[in-house]
Amino acid sequence: MSGNEQSGARIESSRDPSGQTLLSIRGRLDSTSAAGVWRRLLELGRAAGASGLVVDASALEYCDGAGASLLVALERQQREAGGGFHVRGLREEFQKLVEMIEPAPARVEAAPEHREGFFEGIGRATLRLLSDTRTLMVFVGELTVMLGRALRHPRQLRFKDLFLVAERAGIGAIPIVTLVGFLLGLILAFQSAIPMQRFGAQIFVADLLGISLLRELGPLMAAILLTARSGSAFAAEIGTMKVNEEVDALTTMGLEPVSFLAVPRVLAAVVVVPVLAMLTNVAGLAGGALMFQTLDFPLVTYVNRVVAATSLGDFVGGLFKSFVFGIVVAAVGCLRGLQTGKGAEAVGESTTSAVVSGIVLIAFIDGIFAVVFYAMGI
Amino acid sequence: MANDPIIRVEELTAKYGDNVVFDRVSFEVMRGEVFIILGGSGCGKSTMLKHMIGLYTPFAGRVRIQGDDITRAEGEVRRRILRRLGVMYQSGALFGSMTLLENVRLPLEEFTDYPPEAMDAIAASKLRLVQLEGFEDYMPADISGGMKKRAAIARAMALEPEILFLDEPSAGLDPITSAELDATILRLSRTLGVTFVVVTHELPSIYTIADRVIMLDKETKGIIATGTPAELRDHCENDWVRRFFLRETAAGGEPEVRTT
Repeated sequence: MSGNEQSGARIESSRDPSGQTLLSIRGRLDSTSAAGVWRRLLELGRAAGASGLVVDASALEYCDGAGASLLVALERQQREAGGGFHVRGLREEFQKLVEMIEPAPARVEAAPEHREGFFEGIGRATLRLLSDTRTLMVFVGELTVMLGRALRHPRQLRFKDLFLVAERAGIGAIPIVTLVGFLLGLILAFQSAIPMQRFGAQIFVADLLGISLLRELGPLMAAILLTARSGSAFAAEIGTMKVNEEVDALTTMGLEPVSFLAVPRVLAAVVVVPVLAMLTNVAGLAGGALMFQTLDFPLVTYVNRVVAATSLGDFVGGLFKSFVFGIVVAAVGCLRGLQTGKGAEAVGESTTSAVVSGIVLIAFIDGIFAVVFYAMGI
Repeated sequence: MANDPIIRVEELTAKYGDNVVFDRVSFEVMRGEVFIILGGSGCGKSTMLKHMIGLYTPFAGRVRIQGDDITRAEGEVRRRILRRLGVMYQSGALFGSMTLLENVRLPLEEFTDYPPEAMDAIAASKLRLVQLEGFEDYMPADISGGMKKRAAIARAMALEPEILFLDEPSAGLDPITSAELDATILRLSRTLGVTFVVVTHELPSIYTIADRVIMLDKETKGIIATGTPAELRDHCENDWVRRFFLRETAAGGEPEVRTT
């Protein structure tokens, strides 16, 4: 009826007197041409249905593994439809190729796919969340014990690792923390100065900056940057070690992976985050100062306002918060690393999960702090 | 090799979820022998090894190492048992951020009170034992697969263990490197009297090093044969085991050999 010259394989379909469909394939049925005729051939075969199908391959010049797969697919489809199937004129070498693919291996009857309902999905997600929370709590507990032990026996601590991590997570973060802090202060001052100008209250921009940076934005920004830079790195490092069986090797050497890998990282983060938070504060206030200059206030006014508006409580509260953020971010990074499954993909998943859980936890804990500080009158 | 079991596996059952890997398996490893755990792909050889070194907790049963049950040990007891073992993982599992010498030194740092220079000397001697002299300052990423495995053996030997567990030592190595590794294993076994438990399915390697072999089976989820390689090849009733040692295909007969 029609041909497909382009692909190198031509198919002709006709009906023989007994009502069977006759498909004759000519030319080359190879990995290039099989793609072009695959669907058409199966459709023609389907049209034959139960009336039976005969494939005439006597004019087939060449057939490779792809062509053989096509013939087998045709046979399988025909068998499922309950119709007869017969190939004639197939050269012996091609016949051998088809036989290597057929008989089809006994297919394991797959369990009927279970479609998850809406409520079942919610239930499952809740259970997963609860078990994840539980794991995190157990891990934090274990970590606390290990940290306590490390502080009681500081000689057992791996100082080399601690300094290395502190350098990477801390000193390495100084440029970005300074930049983000400075821009944050500048933008915040600029955005709040405009509406305040209408009331002639630009001077209070200094109060706003001082309080929001010291109490909230400094620690928060430092912690988020730590999550992005180092939480992810912890998860990826430890995750790769897990995949390479290095974590197993530690365990069978009698070294606790938690104390060996997580403790130095968490301690380093605890030291580093408050410093980074302070740096964000300073950089942010410097940004605000620059904005203030353009509003024609002398620098000394700005400094006096900031000092008057903020208290030691704001400063110490902010630092304490960043201390807690540091523990949580580092702990989550290490936990996700240790939870890594198998393969490269799993490392990617743990890294993503470390950042996402880190940021969610920061937001959550920050909320708790807001309430607690309010209740305590800080 | 007196009749003195150093490891006793008692009625060990392992499961992944509902999937039973092996069921109530018992065997003993004698002091000083090279003991091979064999089996087709997916029959639980590595799982067995990981239970024997206490990485996995079994569903039921015990693994006693010189009488101490490693499956239930915790804290100090567990550390004491682990100190007597060395493990070489399939990939070597060297710590990528440390040089070879630091890798071998690590167990010494954590478990002994040697002065630093003594640790260096011991670690270097272990590397010499596996013919890696001169590579002390190389990073694991910069050496070949066979060297990584040898370095991993050196690290496993650091604390003079009585038992060494090797997970597929010759996987992914060329025949010559693999033979060299076998020679290293034999040397350590004969001169230091270390007991070896090796998971492998490299036939040449088994014939060279094995004192005794057990074969795990996926279908029966247990041991289908025990003995020396020659015994299993010549006298085993189990068809699959005999075929394994004769390297026959399922259809019978050796695989076709290319003649052109």
